[in-house]
Amino acid sequence: MEKENLIEEIRKRFPAEIVSDGETLGDQVLVVHQEGLRAVMSGLRAAPFDYAVLLDLTCVDFLATENRFEMVYHLFSLSRNRRLRIKASLPAEAPVVDSLVGLWKNADWLEREVFDMFGIGFMGHPNLKRILMYEGFEGHPLRKSYPWRKEQPLIPMKD
Amino acid sequence: MEARIQKEARPDTMLLNMGPSHPAMHGTFRIMLELEGEKILNAEVEIGYLHRGFEKTCENRTYFNLLPYTDRLNYVSPQINNLGYAMTMEKMLGVQVPERAQQIRVLMSELSRVSDHLTCLGAMAMENGAFTVFLYMMKAREFLWDVIEFTSGSRMTTSYIRIGGVRADLSEGWRDSVRTAVVETRRVLKDVHGLLDKNQIFLNRTRGIGAISKEDALSYGWTGPCLRSTGILYDVRKAHPYLIYDRLDFDVPLGEHGDNYDRYMVRMREMEQSLRLIEQVAGLIEDKKPRAKAEEIEPTEAVRIGRLQKPLQKIRLSPNLEGSEKERYPEILTGDAPVAVPPKEDTYTTMEGLISHFLFFMKGYGIRPPKGDVYFSVEGGNGEVGFYIVSDGTDRPYRLHLRAPCFHIVSAIEQLIRGRFVADVIPTFGSMNIIGGELDR
Repeated sequence: MEKENLIEEIRKRFPAEIVSDGETLGDQVLVVHQEGLRAVMSGLRAAPFDYAVLLDLTCVDFLATENRFEMVYHLFSLSRNRRLRIKASLPAEAPVVDSLVGLWKNADWLEREVFDMFGIGFMGHPNLKRILMYEGFEGHPLRKSYPWRKEQPLIPMKD
Repeated sequence: MEARIQKEARPDTMLLNMGPSHPAMHGTFRIMLELEGEKILNAEVEIGYLHRGFEKTCENRTYFNLLPYTDRLNYVSPQINNLGYAMTMEKMLGVQVPERAQQIRVLMSELSRVSDHLTCLGAMAMENGAFTVFLYMMKAREFLWDVIEFTSGSRMTTSYIRIGGVRADLSEGWRDSVRTAVVETRRVLKDVHGLLDKNQIFLNRTRGIGAISKEDALSYGWTGPCLRSTGILYDVRKAHPYLIYDRLDFDVPLGEHGDNYDRYMVRMREMEQSLRLIEQVAGLIEDKKPRAKAEEIEPTEAVRIGRLQKPLQKIRLSPNLEGSEKERYPEILTGDAPVAVPPKEDTYTTMEGLISHFLFFMKGYGIRPPKGDVYFSVEGGNGEVGFYIVSDGTDRPYRLHLRAPCFHIVSAIEQLIRGRFVADVIPTFGSMNIIGGELDR
């Protein structure tokens, strides 16, 4: 399937879930509704789309905007040798999105990292806890509202 | 706070901590094991001991200033990290890199790849008792790092590959040092093949151990040699060719079973391919003509004369790290204005040069890519090293995210060691090449 056909095909399959599609610097981008994310992802993972690899999963904090958090997923299809970027916006208050742990095994750690760094909740995640920061750390360091130089030492700092 | 494994453990089993500081854990990394005798019933991995806040720091640095932080991700092959970042920025800025710079980049990233694999396998062999292999491999690595050191001035954290090109031209006599490195590495590889390939102790500890299926490897997002050891052909250099890789001739070695032995073998054979690439690209890089020295004068001399009159002679410029070169290093660095550092001679001798220097380094100026986001990846020692950068049009990244290949690979370790013996943790862990700097960022 050609590039354009593929996107059209995906849009036809998920007419309600997809907000828009586009291309930036040669990368295909799909924006989906947060509620339909899991459905779209499991559809894309299976044939005929065959995006079998979850390359990356992260989040961006757009502090000033209404939909503050944006989840960014990178999928990769081995058979087509093509990448696809999926985005979904989350609200500033209690951001929660469906977990993809049942679809890809690496989603477990990747989602834990996003939870740790941004405080995004993942519905259906079996073991959602901090991964890079320690238990008892307050706040989420990659949020724009977290000051860059703020320190939370576990033992008192030497002068 | 109780870990998951503590809550789930049966009352009659033993919980054992491996790490975070353990002789066989190169890097701080903790595995909690639930044991029944020697058998591992369950495992839980804890990471984050080397978390430096790489991504947060980068958000507060300019695009030019954050380059040295990328050295410290996978610190065994820093040049590939530099390359990944620089090429992501070039994709965003739409910059064309000169041909010679691309060749030098290929040379450097293949040297780094070999040193990465040597370190991984050397450590893995050492932990299995083959200390000789470790010493041999470290010896070969020194020859490779000689080439890197002659050119970039430092062994490990080089910051040599810059946005738009490379920092300096190859050193004088680089051809000889590359030749020595290739010959010495080949000799070491031959010795190591002889020492390990049919070594019963090594085979017992690696063959059939830590095996992963193709489906699981994909589901865990594995890339690089670890994925290829299961038999799946995916190499960023072949799948999405960058630099001049599409014009070079190399094979991608594949494994079959995805066990520790295959991971060892794929890495060994990949090094041979990398050495082939190094030889090819060394043949492509042209020797530079010796500079005519007669009519040229030193920059400082030009400044002295310039106080009295305009110097008629040409200023002598050196293309290596001892000084810097005029004309924006046309062969090794792009000429686009806000992308690369302006030449130092201009900064010190002309008004315009000083202005362009300020415009590059002043807060709010310098490299300012257009609004938008970009993802680009290169093939690192461990797999696909990807950068996702969101720009808001200012001189600092709004968000910079690293796709660390290690992170995905390590997340599978719990599954791989479950049901095995305690001793199997060590070769499994060793064959994955876990680099703390990249894993924890």
